[in-house]
Amino acid sequence: MNGPDFLQQHTDHLKSRMGACFPGERAVFRGHDLHAELNGMDWLELYVFGITGRRFPPQQLRLLHAMWVYTSYPDARIWNNRVAALAGSSRSTPTLALAASLAVSEATIYGGYPSISAFDFFMRIRKKVEQGEQLEKIIHVERRTRRIYGYGRPITSADERLPWLLERAHELRLDQGPHLRLAFDVEQVLLNDNQLLRMNYAGLVAALSLDLGFSPKEFHLFRFPITLAGMAPCFLESSQNTEGTLFPLSCAHILYEGHPKRSWKAPGQSENL
Amino acid sequence: MTTPLKPEQIHTCIWLEEQEPDNPFAAKTAYCHGYDVYGELLGQARWVEMLFLLFRGEAPTAQQTKLLETVALALANPGPRDPSVHAAMCGGVGGSTAASCLIAALAVGAGQLSGGREVFLSMELWNACGTDLASWLNSFATPVDTTASIWPTPAHPPGFDPHGVSTTTPVKQTLACLAETSDAPLLPWLLANRLSLETAAGFPLAMSGVAAAVFVDLGFTPEQGEMLYLLLRLPGAAAHALEQKQLGYKKFPFFSIELENDPAKGTP
Repeated sequence: MNGPDFLQQHTDHLKSRMGACFPGERAVFRGHDLHAELNGMDWLELYVFGITGRRFPPQQLRLLHAMWVYTSYPDARIWNNRVAALAGSSRSTPTLALAASLAVSEATIYGGYPSISAFDFFMRIRKKVEQGEQLEKIIHVERRTRRIYGYGRPITSADERLPWLLERAHELRLDQGPHLRLAFDVEQVLLNDNQLLRMNYAGLVAALSLDLGFSPKEFHLFRFPITLAGMAPCFLESSQNTEGTLFPLSCAHILYEGHPKRSWKAPGQSENL
Repeated sequence: MTTPLKPEQIHTCIWLEEQEPDNPFAAKTAYCHGYDVYGELLGQARWVEMLFLLFRGEAPTAQQTKLLETVALALANPGPRDPSVHAAMCGGVGGSTAASCLIAALAVGAGQLSGGREVFLSMELWNACGTDLASWLNSFATPVDTTASIWPTPAHPPGFDPHGVSTTTPVKQTLACLAETSDAPLLPWLLANRLSLETAAGFPLAMSGVAAAVFVDLGFTPEQGEMLYLLLRLPGAAAHALEQKQLGYKKFPFFSIELENDPAKGTP
């Protein structure tokens, strides 16, 4: 049902199973009293409970923690971190700096898009493999129609984070899931075509998260603050340095490659100088 | 480890700067696509001409200027009922920073329901179907791509109002005014074929659909149209945020909530 009658049913009132605060009294979080029942949770545990409604066992939470820790790089050159650092250098606020930095992380060539695309890829091809299709054939068809995310890296094909996260998953006995095994099978097929197409962090995190039972939307929400811990130091350092000194650009830093100088006479009647 | 210094440069076709003689970090002149911004455009060019120049790289014709100015006015304030303005007011009423009010408006106004992404998708549709009604019918009948993405799967044809009953008066007024101004093909065709399109889509035309048609007629890419739409809707969000800040939270709706699984009522 659409239209004004449908909207009218929703005016001024929200029915929710997610929670509410009762000021001066209590707060409810997904059907539980936050202070009385959930007070022992660490923040990540509460966060993934909020996303999924599920309680994750300790070893799974340790793996989720590791996913966040191993890719938190306080390097202000990295584009999303640079936003936080520029905000610090320009004397903006910490919240604006980190909010913008996180928003920028939902990018196409790194961050959000490759991660969710790798997650979707593994979901789709697992179904096809289970239906009896040959993996090599699936991958070759896939590569003809779209880019495969989760493999390869722009600067170097090696991903320094992988051995650490794999080791952690192994220690926690969480490295035998079907999606992780599939991700390595895919890597073997891709490496036969191109030696640079090794699994990257987005691919590994996606595969491990699928094995932990995340849906695409849950995974997207879980991975959103994955680089947050690296951003705050970038902001802090640039906010402590003299204002305006983070990567200052002189006029010589701008390489103009556009139209030669011309005169503005009237709209649509310009002429070259 | 120190990274070896190498000359770093930003490549641009938009902006040329020449430095002040005493300071390489200060510009003496700035040229936008070849035009001297402070030496010549200032005082001669209009805001929307500069906007067009920035995105398209050329000065607009008189008709293009009028078209962009008209749609800019139509989009300037979606009004306080619009979710993006509502979001900005949530910032204003709590005394949040000015930037956060605009960030709130941008984030909420970025989506596939009357937001920037809807304009992007609608412009892609205009580019694919143009003035061919059969192509539009075909596209409406094609199942949407369900590949998981950072964006959700579209829930309605872009550019149309999923909760609308009939085309609203402002949408009709805006379309009529723009179609009269335009010498490009889409807007007059949309004016003539609106009812057929709405019947095929199953929903009335929305302002985002009109904006998408204008931006295609003005030669913008879907990426440029999405940016412009986000940008042009900010003035209203800013004004309403400031107004609510003055009025205070006691006059701002807080609404009621009904928990369906309240542990205190034994309904987990």
